Amino acid sequence: MNGVHDMGGMQNLGAMVPEPEGSPFHADWEGRVHAMTVASPTRGNIDAGRHQREKIPGPEYLAMSYYEKWFRSLSELLVLRGLATRDELATGKAAPGAKATPYLLAEAVEPSLTRRGSYVRDVNAAPLFAPGDAVRARNLNPDGHTRLPRYARGRIGVVVAAHGAHVFPDSNAHGKGEDPHPLYTVRFTARELWGEAANPRDSVSLDLWEPYLERA
Amino acid sequence: MALRVKALESLLVEKGLVDPAALDAIVDHYEHKVGPRNGARVVARAWSDPAFKARLMADATEAIAELDYTGRQGEHMVVVENTPGLHNLVVCTLCSCYPWPVLGLPPVWYKSSAYRSRAVIDPRGVIAEFGTELSEDIEVRVWDSTAEVRYLVLPERPAGTEGLDEAALAALVTRDGMIGTARL
Repeated sequence: MNGVHDMGGMQNLGAMVPEPEGSPFHADWEGRVHAMTVASPTRGNIDAGRHQREKIPGPEYLAMSYYEKWFRSLSELLVLRGLATRDELATGKAAPGAKATPYLLAEAVEPSLTRRGSYVRDVNAAPLFAPGDAVRARNLNPDGHTRLPRYARGRIGVVVAAHGAHVFPDSNAHGKGEDPHPLYTVRFTARELWGEAANPRDSVSLDLWEPYLERA
Repeated sequence: MALRVKALESLLVEKGLVDPAALDAIVDHYEHKVGPRNGARVVARAWSDPAFKARLMADATEAIAELDYTGRQGEHMVVVENTPGLHNLVVCTLCSCYPWPVLGLPPVWYKSSAYRSRAVIDPRGVIAEFGTELSEDIEVRVWDSTAEVRYLVLPERPAGTEGLDEAALAALVTRDGMIGTARL
């Protein structure tokens, strides 16, 4: 989806505001939103969560703080998954019904947060590309979730690493299965992306799935 | 927002969907158990122990797990090394992907529209706003975290630190140095 979340290469969105190391939360409610998102039964699919935040309408997305976006997308996912109704969210009161069992109990938190997960999956097909290959990012404009930023589409780069087959967000975000595909790190020169005024030494590398790429 | 969040938490607890003690434990984890001091220990060990550094550059996920830094948003780690002629900068233009087990949760600026938009098109300008002017002849490599691979910058070891032990070295390592908006 060509939403405002895909902002790589935009200009005039503000200045850097350095911040000392310290608590990651700037208000207690931010920590609670983060924790509820992690502990909620909606957490199973990280791609669906990202896509839900992307679906916040652009003008609102740009005006909201980070954890306001998390709060909105958590609320929407709870409704979409049938875990809460809009009426319950509006009133803060549960409708009569059976009580669920929490998805994540306190004693399971540390093992869950530190567990060594993986997005790599076994696939039968051999990867099409290898480090050193020149590839072009396809000109794809899906209306659903994708991790191919606009600024790289149509540009030619070089594969610098192959990571095996990873869960494919374009499918997984929509509940259509993991559909794993080979993932590559592709390096684009700054001049290829931004034109002749860019420093000739500089580059931007992206992690791109095979369906985003064609041989150049 | 505080009231709305409190209302949502009450609702989810009442419905049995979340355990409030689990929420406390998650907040505690991200406030106290992960953070940039973890990454600083990884960097200090890489500076002190050439065999560890070799393992870190070959398979960062495994090497970092030797220090017990594992878990969400650190499933597939890659370490990129700064040298006198090369500087690395990490961003996530599409959202806010960040290596939680070694750096904790990201600072506000990392998640900001300003950083996400400009880091790829104007990395030198971004780094300058953090106080470092990079010479034109230093190569800048930007890493846009568009998948589940997470990047950690290995800064150069500062000159004059030959006698320091790992703890003293770790104290020199900054969060911004491991993202790439600063150079040590």
